Amino acid sequence: MSDLEKINSIFKDKINSVKTKEELQSIKTEFFGKNGQITLQFKKLGSLKPEEKKDFASKLNKIKESLSYQIEQKNFAIENQEINKKLQHEKIDVTLPVRPYHHGKIHPVSQVIDEISSIFSEIGFSVAEGPDVESEYNNFTALNTPEEHPARDMHDTFYLEKNKKLLLRTHTSPVQIRTMLNGKPPFKIIVPGRTYRCDSDQTHAPMFHQLEGLHIDKNVTMGHLKGCLDYFIKEFFEVKNVKMRFRPSHFPFTEPSAEVDIGYKIENEKIVIGDGDKWLEILGCGMVHPNVLKNVKVDPKKYQGFAFGMGIDRLAMLKYGINDLRSFFEADYRWLSHFGFDPLDVPTNYRGLSK
Amino acid sequence: MIITLPWLKEHLKTKANENEIIDRLTNIGLEVEGIKENSGELGEFKIAKIIKAEKHPNADKLKVCDVNIGGKKILKVVCGAPNARDGLVTIYAPPGAVIPKTKFQLKVVKIRGVESRGMLCSESELNLSNESAGIIELKNKEKDIGKSYFKRKSEKVIDISITPNRPDCLGIRGIARDLSSSGIGKLMPLKKKKFNQNTKHLIKTSITKDPNQGCLTFGSCYIKDITNKESPEWLKNKLLALGLKPISAVVDITNYVMFDLNRPLHAYDADKIDKEIIVRDSKEGEEFEGLDNNKYKLKKGMCVIADRSSVLGLGGIIGGTKTSTEFETKNLLLESAYFLPGSIRKTARELAIDTDAKYRFERGIDPNFVIEGLEIATELILRICGGQASKFFVSGKSTKKNNTIKFEIDKFKNLIGIPININEAQKILLSLGFKSKKNKKDLKIEVPSWRPDINQDVDIIEELIRIKGFNNIKLIEPERRRDQETLNFKQKLFHLSQRSLASKGYMETVTWSFTDSKIDKQFSKGEKEISILNPISSDLDVLRRSIFSNLAIHLKKNQDRGYEDLSLFEIGPTFFGKNPGEQQIVVGALKSGKVGRKSWIEKERNVDVFDIKSDAVKSLIELGISEQNLFVSDNTKHCYHPGRSGSITLKSENGPHLAYFGEIHPAIIKKLDFKEPNIYGLEIFLKNIPEPNKKIRQTKKSFQASDFQKSERDFAFVIDKSFKIGFLEKIIKEIDSSIIQNVTTFDVYEGENIPKDKKSVAINVTLQSVEKTLNEKDLDLISKKIIEVVKEKTGAIIRS
Repeated sequence: MSDLEKINSIFKDKINSVKTKEELQSIKTEFFGKNGQITLQFKKLGSLKPEEKKDFASKLNKIKESLSYQIEQKNFAIENQEINKKLQHEKIDVTLPVRPYHHGKIHPVSQVIDEISSIFSEIGFSVAEGPDVESEYNNFTALNTPEEHPARDMHDTFYLEKNKKLLLRTHTSPVQIRTMLNGKPPFKIIVPGRTYRCDSDQTHAPMFHQLEGLHIDKNVTMGHLKGCLDYFIKEFFEVKNVKMRFRPSHFPFTEPSAEVDIGYKIENEKIVIGDGDKWLEILGCGMVHPNVLKNVKVDPKKYQGFAFGMGIDRLAMLKYGINDLRSFFEADYRWLSHFGFDPLDVPTNYRGLSK
Repeated sequence: MIITLPWLKEHLKTKANENEIIDRLTNIGLEVEGIKENSGELGEFKIAKIIKAEKHPNADKLKVCDVNIGGKKILKVVCGAPNARDGLVTIYAPPGAVIPKTKFQLKVVKIRGVESRGMLCSESELNLSNESAGIIELKNKEKDIGKSYFKRKSEKVIDISITPNRPDCLGIRGIARDLSSSGIGKLMPLKKKKFNQNTKHLIKTSITKDPNQGCLTFGSCYIKDITNKESPEWLKNKLLALGLKPISAVVDITNYVMFDLNRPLHAYDADKIDKEIIVRDSKEGEEFEGLDNNKYKLKKGMCVIADRSSVLGLGGIIGGTKTSTEFETKNLLLESAYFLPGSIRKTARELAIDTDAKYRFERGIDPNFVIEGLEIATELILRICGGQASKFFVSGKSTKKNNTIKFEIDKFKNLIGIPININEAQKILLSLGFKSKKNKKDLKIEVPSWRPDINQDVDIIEELIRIKGFNNIKLIEPERRRDQETLNFKQKLFHLSQRSLASKGYMETVTWSFTDSKIDKQFSKGEKEISILNPISSDLDVLRRSIFSNLAIHLKKNQDRGYEDLSLFEIGPTFFGKNPGEQQIVVGALKSGKVGRKSWIEKERNVDVFDIKSDAVKSLIELGISEQNLFVSDNTKHCYHPGRSGSITLKSENGPHLAYFGEIHPAIIKKLDFKEPNIYGLEIFLKNIPEPNKKIRQTKKSFQASDFQKSERDFAFVIDKSFKIGFLEKIIKEIDSSIIQNVTTFDVYEGENIPKDKKSVAINVTLQSVEKTLNEKDLDLISKKIIEVVKEKTGAIIRS
């Protein structure tokens, strides 16, 4: 056995029995200190013949590396052991609750308005608004519903004055009037907003939200109206196909007028939109009446287009399975928490409208 | 509008079944709202025969009847009717049946010791009439014993929602016409039967030329020597099916003609008319009693039917008791008139009357059907009640000329998107009663008198597409392109502030724009209340002037449910006047209770003004205002605690008002009786947030970070107690903004070792230069400057 092999074997015995950092340090000194065994071997190098020198040096270096590595590893092992020992006394019950926090939520109506805006944004509609208090003229007369028109009976109107000239708007349609009076065609707007009717029971609230749509240009036809609504319904309910039915109806401000039903079915007590043999009335629409265009100084010989209106709360109820309209406005913390949306869930087209 | 299929089929020859008809109605715009099984529950009521009627052993007025209810089945029924006798055919109700009048369900019971299995019915009990003296006596019904009395057991009544533009469909014939046009059957011609008109018309009628005259035509027939009575079964059944109560033959006939042909009529007892009929404007204060037994006091200028001495009725709306017909009525004046829709509507609205006639006249009935209506009704009266009819007398215009429209056929395609053949158009129009003359590219169309809704091209287009079918319109895919921004600046702020508040732990609420004036008053002192004329309830009587009014109400409700630590917000309009546009969008939030309640790790503490301030400041920063432009002062308003609230303005104290924040005034908390009284609020006024004229990327300075060491220095100043530390920080910052990177207050102390009118403020200042590492000398220099400037501007002295 050569000297080097001896050193190696002694080292092995010693390092295996090391338990503490102090012991490791003394081994380190014993082999690598000033007079350490490895150090002494290096000192021997100078006295060797050149032909032996190369071979010896190479062997010595290998051993040196091996021993240093083992010391290093041993050091890690001891340190780890020490840390682990310490950590054993640092155990905390992580099942204890986190620091209290409030999770804020976005109201379903707001979320749905964001969804709707995102959908119509894609096809070039912008959002318009108007005041909640309206003149009787904008709310009715300009919309081809003169004072003696029986259609006024269909709206249970809140009035602010005895002469009934000021009222809370019964629909978002007066914003059509404001928008067209203040601009020049073409017009391509949606109007989400609060609307009011003095009617209150399980399915009616004195305030609710409507979405108005208006597209006026030179060649807008009922075919465009159909396409626009088909697109919207599919996007909103996030389905590929929707069975849709246009039924003739009457609104004073559109002609022809239609109500739109969409197909649905009930599956596992939940409503599934798009398919099925049942019909659900979802909106009213039509081609803007020439009298309305005349009232807002738009030439009906040059311009025409469509308008539609739908209940936002109802859309929210259908999409998110909410049963009671009145609960929207009762601000019950538990309800808001249950049906509300995380503020980070901003509806967008590329990430999808809803989770 | 309620119809039954058999009645419909009197006008429409069709092989279509019920479902096909219902579908078709909906498809042509006559929306079927519901289908009711009219006599379904009545199917149990059977025609039965009393085999034997014997006196009840224990009661003088009762009889025990053996009743044959079909086949050989005989039951014992106890009956109290005086007319119960052997051989009588009547109607039997079995145990389990519900009596229509009383809604009482029959059971097998013992009546004075004798078991009775069911009941024999009077007309009144079945709601057939008011006749209750005895049980029904059916003649010639022997062969029907055992069958249901209400024969059309499977008959359904169809409830159709008629839009206000279609008065012609307020009669069953009008609905039949529309159906026939859609190709589901053929409209049968109206049958007219001849009758003699030999007697003299004894009542003179006239229409005055009063300024408001609401009557165009007043046609009438004098019928003498009638015998008014109960209507025959067929007529009664018809009215009952529509849910109407049969009254007498004369009245039933006028109702029948109204529902059948949309021709309202009125019958007067001619002997009660004082000499003549004058259709005129009412005088102020005139009174009359309507057939609904209400007394009406009239305003000037309402259209009334009067005789020489008084008002008899409101034309086209309601008749009066003075001349009402009765079973004893001998001589009739039958009216068929045309009243102007506007006049009817105005009068009915002012007097708050709604009748079937009014409903029709205000929508516009056929002005050219006055005479035919009179003919049909007169013939029926003569047939049922006997008597002799006079010639018709018509005051006013007898006919109205039909409108004509010249319609270019291409207009259809321009509006709808698909073409229509001119012949097809002509055919559809003809089936709806429009006559037309065809030219090359247009039709000259004559609008039938029963369609007051058709005035211009679009109305014709609607008729054509309605019948052709909306499902034939080809869908045009929308183009995915955007030429204008979707949201404007204010709208973006609206959406952003929602998510800003929600991300700070607040629940978004949507509450009504109106509120309780008593609560609103608390939050909006000194401003004028905006009342709603016809509120839905007395606690929702005003438009809200403060965003807090409803939030407070709902916070309290939630607290009452046992939730104390709450954060609610709403973003919506508040109102400062009753005119359109006198409103602004406000973000309002309320926060109540404690932070860290019952937490094992956090120290529990009350929500405080710095929680709410923090939320207000952070939100404003998120809304795009940089922190150094937020000027916070203790200017506040009455609904907040005067000492624990403040406001934030833009850049300076006089800048646009961005927000209020602070503790809600304890007096309000007390008044509203909150369970958890620790409540803080914030309001952000979106309209005052300025729209930057450049995008952030355009105004942002280029990025420059100092690679040199930063240093910190702490200062302790003794300063006047009332001095606002926010200003002190600002003063220090402005000393040298190139070196002073950050200033923050880390302690405020009052008490021992500090004079009573002073406080000690510890401030940490971060110093860093972009040019070099600041050495001791530089730091001393800037520190000295800070101390000097602070002393000069605030009088504060550095603590040693």
